[in-house]
Amino acid sequence: MATLIAFPLLGFLTILQTTVVSQIPLLHGTADLLLLVILAWALQKRVKTAWHWCIIGALMVTLISALPFGITLMGYILATGLALSLRQRLWQVPVLAMFLLTLLGTLVTHAIDLVGLRLMGTIIPFTDALNLVTLPSALLNLLLAVPIFALIGDLANWMYPEEIEV
Amino acid sequence: MNTTLSRSIQTIVLALIVVGLIALALGGYLTPISRVALNPLIQFQTWVSTRYHAVQNILSAPQDTARLRQRNAELEAEVSRLQAQIIELQQQLGETHILSALVEFARANPTNRYQAAAVIARDPSPFLNYVIINRGSDDGIRRGMPVVTQQGLVGRVAAVTAGAARVQLITDPGSVINVRLGASQVDAILSGQLTGEITLDMIPQDAVVQAGDLVLTSGLGGGFPPNILIGQVTGIRSRDQDIFQRATVQTVVDFSQLEIVLVITNFNPVDIGPLIPTSSAP
Repeated sequence: MATLIAFPLLGFLTILQTTVVSQIPLLHGTADLLLLVILAWALQKRVKTAWHWCIIGALMVTLISALPFGITLMGYILATGLALSLRQRLWQVPVLAMFLLTLLGTLVTHAIDLVGLRLMGTIIPFTDALNLVTLPSALLNLLLAVPIFALIGDLANWMYPEEIEV
Repeated sequence: MNTTLSRSIQTIVLALIVVGLIALALGGYLTPISRVALNPLIQFQTWVSTRYHAVQNILSAPQDTARLRQRNAELEAEVSRLQAQIIELQQQLGETHILSALVEFARANPTNRYQAAAVIARDPSPFLNYVIINRGSDDGIRRGMPVVTQQGLVGRVAAVTAGAARVQLITDPGSVINVRLGASQVDAILSGQLTGEITLDMIPQDAVVQAGDLVLTSGLGGGFPPNILIGQVTGIRSRDQDIFQRATVQTVVDFSQLEIVLVITNFNPVDIGPLIPTSSAP
């Protein structure tokens, strides 16, 4: 069920990302809704489908983006791996973990995008990428991190209700 | 007799007093007195009138309020409807302006066949400048076809599905186009940047390039038809130790406001990849 719901949700978010969010840049950076949702989902305690969401999200982005599937998938896999690792270490302060992950996730995915583009023959200066794209994107992602974490938390609680021992 | 006399005297005295008062009033000597006397009266009259109107309002209010609220709701609904209509008409007007400009452009270039398409999305990656258009292979769109607006070159089709296509903009960091400078007929290479700007490279040192020179596609390489306007040179960087000059270009197309584009469907790009010598080739 949790995997099935990922298709319409992440599909809708992909449409929102490409039609609205990508048109609201800060310098040249934009927020990454799918990354934030995947990270927020992976941070939820009882969620067991983090990797499914990660792969479905990467598939959705690849359908539209000119970036190859492997690059997007690798970025999201690393970010999800970081999220699952932090979930075990920072389980008592999930919001802090979300902030930390948002920053790290943005850096990791952008670094992989840059390396991938370089391998494909598109050379983007590192400092330009950092100053004009990555840092503004990280700021936008940080601004959206808390509301998305709250919404995904509600969704996770609905999907995986807490078991009460009687 | 005495009574008659005294009445006459009283009458005369009264008449004199009245005449005197009238004379004083006409002369303006009674104004301060009348003001002092009338002010309390006016204030009292105002107070009574205000209370009367207030009471009248209270008595007639329920009926009026209900009617006014109903009327207000009707008018608000009407205003909302008209505002929505205005927005819709403005959008239609904007689209009509764009489409009429595109039609004029197509008429001015009758050798090309065009397929109009709307820009429906942008690439989610901030490192890439691609847009998605709502026409695909079902509409005759093929990979490599040039995309233009009435202003100039937009890019080329990079990938196609049945109902949509992905267009690489000329501002994309991976975009490289062979161009010619209008005035000097010098060939150069135009490449996109992360910042959305485009730069000219490979301009020979002996070429005379000036700000304001038009930049057009050269047709070399077979990727684009020749003579499509791209922009104007805004700045030149020429150093003695460099082999080539460089220049920055201001595009004629506003890529942030891209809504409708034309795909040139009768241009078949030539793939010169196999002709380019590689290090492994003999």
